[in-house]
Amino acid sequence: MTAPTGRALYDVERVRKDFPILSRVVHDDRPLVYLDSAATSQKPRAVLDAERDYYELHNANVHRGLHVLAEEATALYEDARTKVATFVGAPDREEIVFTKNSSEAINLVAYAMSNAATAGPEAERFRVGPGDEIVVTEMEHHSNLVPWQMLCQRTGATLRWLGLTDDGRLDLGNLDEIITPRAKIVAFVHQSNILGTVNPVAAVVARARAVGALTLLDGSQSVPHLPIDVTGLGVDFLAFTGHKMCGPTGIGVLWGRGDLLAVMPPFLGGGEMIELVTMEETTYAAPPHRFEAGTPMIAQAVGLGAAVDYLTELGMDAVAAHEHEITAYALERLATVPGVRIIGPPTDVDRGGAVSFALEGPDGRSIHPHDVGQVLDELGIAVRVGHHCARPVCLRYNVPATTRASFHLYSTRGEVDALVEGLGQVRRFFGA
Amino acid sequence: MKLDSMYQEIILDHYRHPQNRGLREPFDAEVHHVNPTCGDEVTLRVRVEGDTIADVSYQSEGCSISQASASVMSGLVVGRTVEAALGLEREFLELMQSRGTTEPDEEVLEDAVAFAGVSKYPARVKCALLSWMAWKDATVQAVGPAAAPAEES
Repeated sequence: MTAPTGRALYDVERVRKDFPILSRVVHDDRPLVYLDSAATSQKPRAVLDAERDYYELHNANVHRGLHVLAEEATALYEDARTKVATFVGAPDREEIVFTKNSSEAINLVAYAMSNAATAGPEAERFRVGPGDEIVVTEMEHHSNLVPWQMLCQRTGATLRWLGLTDDGRLDLGNLDEIITPRAKIVAFVHQSNILGTVNPVAAVVARARAVGALTLLDGSQSVPHLPIDVTGLGVDFLAFTGHKMCGPTGIGVLWGRGDLLAVMPPFLGGGEMIELVTMEETTYAAPPHRFEAGTPMIAQAVGLGAAVDYLTELGMDAVAAHEHEITAYALERLATVPGVRIIGPPTDVDRGGAVSFALEGPDGRSIHPHDVGQVLDELGIAVRVGHHCARPVCLRYNVPATTRASFHLYSTRGEVDALVEGLGQVRRFFGA
Repeated sequence: MKLDSMYQEIILDHYRHPQNRGLREPFDAEVHHVNPTCGDEVTLRVRVEGDTIADVSYQSEGCSISQASASVMSGLVVGRTVEAALGLEREFLELMQSRGTTEPDEEVLEDAVAFAGVSKYPARVKCALLSWMAWKDATVQAVGPAAAPAEES
């Protein structure tokens, strides 16, 4: 996190050479313009190599067996945990729990909270029941909304949420009314996958702490793009996923404060998460293994470790600065396209590189995102269309869906130009 | 441009000037169908008189393919017997599942043959089928499952 900043030192063309897929052509002769990194990022060769090396040279199951491969595999898997811990500033590597993805990381906490009902007195902090409240926001990805709706159904707790302002920000006007002493946990997104908004974590955490609520931050869209320090953020849990940060699919992370993980009941039972097992009962392993039942995603963890190395070498400050510049440029260029309406903050302040918009044709009729995406695809431009797993946001802004262009460390101004030009073609195609 | 195979002029015409749009009375059944992957939605009503589809009215939100398909579908089924219209639906479903390998029969499908190109785009097939599935659901509700001819789906 001490890497030099400034775009002069960040050579995006050199970075792009690390990503084999970015030199692909699609539809016969179109260079790929990949503007869908919020859905998933592309992978640098270093990550692909790490996974292949693991399988070619070290493959074995972890935490069991005494042979050399088992020891190497275990060392590689645990080394990945250390790398991830360092990457997010975790005080202790044992605070990093590997999961399948962000959704599983969030579900892990939500199920631990309902499992707390039958756990010992040490789990008191996690218990929820009728009269208790779970707080989210209106801009959550379904993965940080549905698990809490389900927790409320299981326990009789009530779901509450912070609303949004017209320009795509969290409405903190009634923060104290929404987060009350009845709140058991406040789960909210760091950077919105649909609006691009970067939320004021400190303000929400301060209120949650004041009323004694736990906090969980969904970092799926922030950890890949911003320097992250969990201690500085002040939250209790952070969930994120490997595949959006240049790592493989099938690996995610839950970071939790050590003192909380120590008393948190398990979610999934099975091998690996136990201490002593008899036919009658089981005692559980200490974190993080208590939360990693079964054979874990070993190769994927190794790949994520390589991704973290890659990002660290580039420097997250430099990555963030590059993406900020691209986002600002995109907002500026999109503002010149007639009929474009940005859904989300219109400025580059506290904003990440996921830019959603609605588009109208020359006749003033809205062009559906599906149609926008189809024409752009024909031009080789990959964007996401739909409700982006955040349907309440579409309802809030009264759009059936949006078109979303999202950027990453390999995105270029030229790609933004291609998008802008493509939108012109879309308007001509449907405007006749 | 390959897009022309999907966005046939007939489709764009129906998209710009949809037939039978709006929700009307009287009706025997109303359904609401959604395509959860893209957020397309349709509310559709069917009126059956005797064994004939007397009216299909709908309100829909979605892409040009789904809008045009609703328009074409309503134009095709209104005035037909339930049995004939369900036969048409089967024919259209088969076309949409053909991945561009079926030569559609224009005598039977009329304007709906324009969607043959859409069948080559798996992600868009659901857009073309949304209103047909809603219509079939509403019609079966209107006539009662026993009265509708048995079929695979």
